[in-house]
Amino acid sequence: MNRTVLDLWVGLFVVAGIAALLFLALKVGSMNTVNATDSYEVVARFENIGGLKARAPVKSAGVVVGRVDSIQFDTQLYEAKVTMRVNKRYPFPKDSSAAILTSGLLGEQYIGLAAGGDSAMLKSGDTLKITQDAVVLENLIGQFLYGKAQEGSPQ
Amino acid sequence: MQTIWGWGGAMLRRALENLGNRTIQGIWRMGFATRFFFAVLMHSGTAFRRFGLTIREMYFTGVLSLIIILVSGLFVGMVLGLQGYETLQTYGSEEALGVLVALSLVRELGPVVAALLFASRAGSAITAEIGLMKATEQLSAMEMMAVDPIARVVAPRFWAGVISMPLLAALFSAMGVLGGYLVGVQLIGVDEGSFWAQMQSAVDFEQDILNGVIKSVVFGVAITAIALFEGYDAPPTAEGVSGATTRTVVTSSLAVLALDFVLTAFMFRGLN
Repeated sequence: MNRTVLDLWVGLFVVAGIAALLFLALKVGSMNTVNATDSYEVVARFENIGGLKARAPVKSAGVVVGRVDSIQFDTQLYEAKVTMRVNKRYPFPKDSSAAILTSGLLGEQYIGLAAGGDSAMLKSGDTLKITQDAVVLENLIGQFLYGKAQEGSPQ
Repeated sequence: MQTIWGWGGAMLRRALENLGNRTIQGIWRMGFATRFFFAVLMHSGTAFRRFGLTIREMYFTGVLSLIIILVSGLFVGMVLGLQGYETLQTYGSEEALGVLVALSLVRELGPVVAALLFASRAGSAITAEIGLMKATEQLSAMEMMAVDPIARVVAPRFWAGVISMPLLAALFSAMGVLGGYLVGVQLIGVDEGSFWAQMQSAVDFEQDILNGVIKSVVFGVAITAIALFEGYDAPPTAEGVSGATTRTVVTSSLAVLALDFVLTAFMFRGLN
């Protein structure tokens, strides 16, 4: 086979392969992974994180603003310590609150950030004071049954 | 009685000798393969200085494997679309079809199935070619002319395989996603927006796509190294070459699957 034809085919092959990689990177996956340089770290403590996992999204008003970096168990306070990375483009007030929410009925769990009213902004390494735990189905049913029992009991 | 004991002892002795011989042979072959691999790496200069040689081999290993890779990718994606839809539908979450198709292709099926096809399409060809070159004493003739066959014949094929493999795996995954899209969205009627949007929010560039690329590079190294070694080590007879070709496909397929498990265990262990 002619040398130039061969070169052309290999060139086409390489271009197609790189195009496939780009397609995977841009169309199939999302390039907007939160890396250490353009994000700040926020810590929140929860008594119960339910099914939250590392890499779960951190959303505010439904928009993904960051990701959960790591989840540790604090043996001093017996609480879960959730570290998340929030994109630097989204500064949040110091008194913002974090809640563990569920997308859909059976969907994955994520952290919902609600902005507070403080004029000072969160810095890297700050801890969120106000948090709301994940809803545990068993507790919810227990409360419901307890309420029902109280309703029915003669006063 | 005495003779039976003697007979049994001789049997045992022969079995032990056989086992020892096999072990020594196996270790010797492994050492030879390792030295061969390092010799290929050491003599890789020519493969890059005269890149035309490598390009020529990329045509044979990469471009000629395109058809089988693209068609298989398309069909694997289409089957994933159909089967995934059947299962997801029972949970009322058909929109997650894109996530299922993309993640299974990018993380596992793309690199692994492309590598298995590559091993049987290109690996066997490499072994047969080099084995035949050795059988017809072309390699010895090169040595006589002071041309190092490892630098001139083996190294370009090695690098061509290592470069081609990730490109082929990426093409396989991309075609698979397109196949899943064709069946899921165009044929069955899953909502197009949520198909792509859920896929994009679930597939991470570093965790999923980059790890898939790393996998395919490792598979490329393993397959071409095994194929080249089997060819170079083949007994210079018709039988020897055919046996070596078979061994290439079997060994490299097993190596791909075993390496895939090891790599997956390292890559996705820390996720949860």
